[in-house]
Amino acid sequence: MGAITLERVTKAFGDVTVIPGVDLEIADGEFAVFVGPSGCGKSTLLRLIAGLEDVTSGTLYIDGVDATALSPAKRALAMVFQSYALYPHMSVYNNIAFPLKMAGQDREAIKRKVEAAAGILNLTDYLDRRPGQLSGGQRQRVAIGRAIVREPKAFLFDEPLSNLDAALRVNMRLEISELHQSLKTTMIYVTHDQVEAMTMADKIVVLNGGRIEQVGSPLELYRNPANVFVAGFIGSPKMNLLEGAAAERYDAKIIGVRPEHIELSTESGEWSGVVGVAEHLGSDTFLHVQVDGIGSVTARASGEFSVSHGDRVWLTPPPDRIHRFVASGEAITP
Amino acid sequence: MAREVTRRRKITFTVIGWLIGLTLFFPILWTILTSFKTEGEAIATPPSFLFFQWTFENYFEVQSRSDYLKHAMNSVVISLGSTGLGLLVAIPAAWSMAFSPTRRTKDVLMWMLSTKMLPPVGVLVPIYLLFRDFDLLDTRIGLVMVLMLMNLPIIVWMLYTYFKEIPGEILEAARMDGATLGKEIAYILAPMAVPGIASTLLLNIILAWNEAFWTLNLTAADAAPLSAFIASYSSPEGLFWAKLSAASTLAIAPILVMGWFSQKQLVRGLTFGAVK
Amino acid sequence: MATLHTRTNARVMMSPAVLMLLVWMVIPLGMTLYFSFLRYNLLMPGMEEFTGFGNYEFFLTDPAFLDALFNTLLLVGGVLLVTVVGGTFLALLIDQPFWGQGIVRLLVIAPFFVMPTVSALVWKNMFMHPVNGLFAWIAHGFGLEPVDWLAVLPLFSITMIVAWGWLPFATLIILTALQSLDQEQKEAAEMDGAGSVSIFLYITLPHLARALTVVILIETIFLLSVFAEILVTTNGGPGTASTNISYLIYAQALLQFDVGGASAGGVVAIILANIVAIFLIRMIGKNLET
Repeated sequence: MGAITLERVTKAFGDVTVIPGVDLEIADGEFAVFVGPSGCGKSTLLRLIAGLEDVTSGTLYIDGVDATALSPAKRALAMVFQSYALYPHMSVYNNIAFPLKMAGQDREAIKRKVEAAAGILNLTDYLDRRPGQLSGGQRQRVAIGRAIVREPKAFLFDEPLSNLDAALRVNMRLEISELHQSLKTTMIYVTHDQVEAMTMADKIVVLNGGRIEQVGSPLELYRNPANVFVAGFIGSPKMNLLEGAAAERYDAKIIGVRPEHIELSTESGEWSGVVGVAEHLGSDTFLHVQVDGIGSVTARASGEFSVSHGDRVWLTPPPDRIHRFVASGEAITP
Repeated sequence: MAREVTRRRKITFTVIGWLIGLTLFFPILWTILTSFKTEGEAIATPPSFLFFQWTFENYFEVQSRSDYLKHAMNSVVISLGSTGLGLLVAIPAAWSMAFSPTRRTKDVLMWMLSTKMLPPVGVLVPIYLLFRDFDLLDTRIGLVMVLMLMNLPIIVWMLYTYFKEIPGEILEAARMDGATLGKEIAYILAPMAVPGIASTLLLNIILAWNEAFWTLNLTAADAAPLSAFIASYSSPEGLFWAKLSAASTLAIAPILVMGWFSQKQLVRGLTFGAVK
Repeated sequence: MATLHTRTNARVMMSPAVLMLLVWMVIPLGMTLYFSFLRYNLLMPGMEEFTGFGNYEFFLTDPAFLDALFNTLLLVGGVLLVTVVGGTFLALLIDQPFWGQGIVRLLVIAPFFVMPTVSALVWKNMFMHPVNGLFAWIAHGFGLEPVDWLAVLPLFSITMIVAWGWLPFATLIILTALQSLDQEQKEAAEMDGAGSVSIFLYITLPHLARALTVVILIETIFLLSVFAEILVTTNGGPGTASTNISYLIYAQALLQFDVGGASAGGVVAIILANIVAIFLIRMIGKNLET
């Protein structure tokens, strides 16, 4: 069990309001990702749920029970920190066993659980080592091991992959997803990387300036961003956002079109421009095109597309793939 | 990356380095050597450097003539007592300031530092009078209190800089793992801070052991630690150089060893963390 | 950044240290200030009366005060000169690779751990003694007349004794700073064509500036209060030739029992020390931000 509900939760540090008011519901077993640029309040929100910070006002329910005033230890949540926060003076075994010892479990049970967790996480050979002797990925696993032995109601992850290199990050992303599949425990995951959000989440919560911009499944956000901020934040490369005459033709102040939706041609199309940079990845080709009268537009061609700097190309945005926004940024729903 | 140093250069620096090192160390070496001479040889001209009749007699004489052990014990009690009490008060304070800082934490630290800047002579009169009125003159307990307060800012500062290096996330992890405040300190903070606490302890024992303003002004025959007791050799009795040397050697030897062990931490402690 | 619960704990745990230091500072300071306006001599109890700034006038116009102030400045300045220049030189030397570096380092820092009374007595008797001291023997060896150091050059001699004790402090701190200098910076400068003198002037010295400032400020704080060395060697004499402010106040208080005059002197000493302290505290405070 691990449903988490926030009702009008606010947080202020002194005179500075970090979170002006959040309502949010995370269902039991859901994988929720808080995503947003740095300083958007996503980590603060996670720490409020963890109990590491007091909420200024509002209520937090865990499984329907008011947990606002409970100490972190009594909330039965487990957290994986950005720095992993392993205890450097304890062996891997003792690190994983620590929450069980604090809970006063007996020696035998602790041994059984630690060994089981170590088995799942490929740490069996490292149980006697100190965290300092492990690689980044292994430390990450120990941190996860320490979280899972407690069988918490929910896992909280605070940017857990940001200290790993790119290749390892992809691996750990998969491992955490698999862990969620097998444990089916609620997970709340904070990241600034929208790729992590898109690949892992059941539900994405996009935060900006302490406010929730939009909540939804990855594809909902991709297809129907509620505003310019979400449109620009979700999707890679970024959606092209255009103003002026190009937008007015579609009865909007701002229009957006994703690079992967633009149709490319070397002969004809709606917009014509000159290629600035062409990035040939083999599987895809990204073109940064200076479109006449509009400005810089990024477009993606699937597979190989042989143009280079200085060539003229034509771009056509398919009308049904164009997102329209009013001046204040909200999407115009068709 | 280090590169190959020419052999000649290295030999030159070895010679210069050792010459200067031995010159600076010579007064200490000379004191130690003299402590093994007879009084006659100690003042002999020309002085004998190594080829003299070695004797331990001075060490026994120092004890029988002036109850050296009592003063040594005073030094031990006063330096350990003031440091121990100081740590007891400072550890919780440094813990709070490092892990639960407020907007005023910095001001509090700065203010503590400023008390250390107070020249002792500025408060000599009131402290002396207070000691007289409370019958604390020439008592160990009085000196323990004064030295504890004298060094408290340094202890708080040193501990603070060490605690600061322990990432807050680790303590939060312990809190998430269900540790109470007591267990958090006992199982996580204390073991991680042991090296820092140990060097703080060491440095403050050194400072208290060598303190020679308050010990000279507030003690006499009973509670005088070595730093004050040695000063009594400046009277005509000071002409007993071999005994003076024996007493001095005993007084500086333990602290010298401690100092050598804590030389790295010393810098941090004495500069309030400004140089690491 | 923590919960209310931990913040409350923090307040409670901080209070003993803060309260003790507050009492330690406020009560004696208040008393010193109060006494400094009284005519108060321990030999004439019950005769205390308010004299306004009389004590200050008396203390500041006493010719001994000017001597002491001058001696204090000479002592502080002399020791600073020897330790900062010598310390920089020694640190640069020890930073070079040579055989037995670690041991030489231990030898060099050893004097710092010698208690002031011991170092003063050892120097006074075994080195500076005009008849049996080592210096006298060396002078004879060169066919020179031995010098009675503490009688003829008392302040200079005390300066040397104190400098011997503080040289290791300066060396150790400068050495620590030197070793934290990024080697790549030096290599980059070498690539840019800088010679070893230029590297010292433009890379090493600026890097040391902060450590040097700290050394100067902290030594000044301690050196303003030099006391034991003077008490043990010269008792401030001959005359006032080696009396500094600390010793003058001590003599006023515990030899002449003039509480009022000594307190006025104490206030003056505090003001002098504070001038330095303000700079030091500012510097350390800046460091705290990072």
